[in-house]
Amino acid sequence: MTTRSDTAPGTESRHTGLKILAWLWVGLPFAYGVFELIRKLTQLFSG
Amino acid sequence: MENRQGPVRFLDRSRTIAPPTWSRWLVPPAALSVHLAIGQAYAWSVFKPPLESSLGLSGTASALPFQLGIVMLGLSAAFGGTLVERNGPRWAMFVSMVCFSSGFLLSALGVATRQYWLVVLGYGFVGGIGLGIGYISPVSTLIKWFPDRPGMATGIAIMGFGGGALIASPWSAQMLSSFGTDTGGIARTFLVHGIVYAVFMSMGVLLVRVPPDDWRPAGWEPARAAAKPMITTANVSVRNAVRTPQFYLLWLVLCLNVTAGIGILEKASPMITDFFADSPAPVTAGAAAGFVALLSLANMTGRFVWSSTSDLIGRKNMYRVYLGVGALLYLVIALAGDFSMPLFVICAVGILSFYGGGFATVPAYLKDLFGSYQVGAIHGRLLTAWSTAGVLGPLIINWIADTQEAAGRSGPALYTTSLYIMIGLLVIGFIANELIRPVHERYHERPQAAEATAAGRSEVA
Repeated sequence: MTTRSDTAPGTESRHTGLKILAWLWVGLPFAYGVFELIRKLTQLFSG
Repeated sequence: MENRQGPVRFLDRSRTIAPPTWSRWLVPPAALSVHLAIGQAYAWSVFKPPLESSLGLSGTASALPFQLGIVMLGLSAAFGGTLVERNGPRWAMFVSMVCFSSGFLLSALGVATRQYWLVVLGYGFVGGIGLGIGYISPVSTLIKWFPDRPGMATGIAIMGFGGGALIASPWSAQMLSSFGTDTGGIARTFLVHGIVYAVFMSMGVLLVRVPPDDWRPAGWEPARAAAKPMITTANVSVRNAVRTPQFYLLWLVLCLNVTAGIGILEKASPMITDFFADSPAPVTAGAAAGFVALLSLANMTGRFVWSSTSDLIGRKNMYRVYLGVGALLYLVIALAGDFSMPLFVICAVGILSFYGGGFATVPAYLKDLFGSYQVGAIHGRLLTAWSTAGVLGPLIINWIADTQEAAGRSGPALYTTSLYIMIGLLVIGFIANELIRPVHERYHERPQAAEATAAGRSEVA
């Protein structure tokens, strides 16, 4: 039975760059969407 | 499958089995790259006014591509689920990417040549298939990578579907203002959308991996997890799952929870305006828009927060909260009327967060009941509840609001009947959830059958 945590020991660094890239790929557009949403949201309290 | 050659083999399930060095934290961004893209569907309304003015369409006609898209989402998720399970997530994400992007490209051609039927066919029919296949594509894979936290894993992906509209709405509006809102400008906007979404989704196609059949996270034992009364270690096929009462009870739970959420989501802006129209501080158009934005945030956040919470308190308890507390929040709105706007906003935020949570928690609930064997396909079938609720919710709330208005009512009285109907629906959903028990073992797959299926997949490789 294969049992691991998230990766095999000693291999974490091999995918660190890929993980950062992958999360930035989806995280940056998402942050843009949330930023625009919050801008609109402020109207609820100022309007 | 067996005859796939060259680049097509790249899509095979066998080519996506993760090497030992693979990190499971690379799978959620792969899922998000698909869900953040297809979530654009809920920002279709940005295109409606320019399409209406440039092609001389009615409001009903300009909504057609979206409506057909949602119908196709339900149909392709329901009937394509088994194919997705058989061919694997990379194939499914690729099909989704091709269909969704082609939908935009066909729409660009349709607007440029003033052939509106091409927009309906492209965005609605072809793109809609991309929506359905894309929506279910990562579910089963995420559950297999995160058997210890299935609610959190599917919550991340399904939160992405909510987030897709947040990105697309300002982005599409910005592009239309740059390219123009005549047919040329809209066609260019659709063209750029098709290309950008294809590039964005290709990351998911390249990155997604399935775990080896014997993989499990360190320290996690299926038998220990199954010691909880509502979690099975057995597997149920999609064919058997749709014969169980549990499937239909859960279908009813999802349908009623979504109907109740749509009840507010559909009329959020006019509702807050009408509720406080006679109060000393009426709601401005800007504040109403802010309220809609707040509900979107609650819907999206609820998908991740409540679905993750379900890993701790159990799926049945989580749905008790969605349906039971949801009904109480509706009751507070009905009884308080225009007494307090902050109270109204807090209750609406709670209801919308439960609406989103209901969507995101259901794959993990299915996994608990039916195992992870064909959970993606079962999830696809269950999404017909969403399509039904998508019709039912707006119908109820709009019909009642129109009737009350015709009867000369105003303010909170316009919505009181709807609110009590929503409470009734949530109570029925609560009872349905209480009736859900573990699936009878006569529906379970024999271990040999499951192993044979796994072996079959390897042979296909």
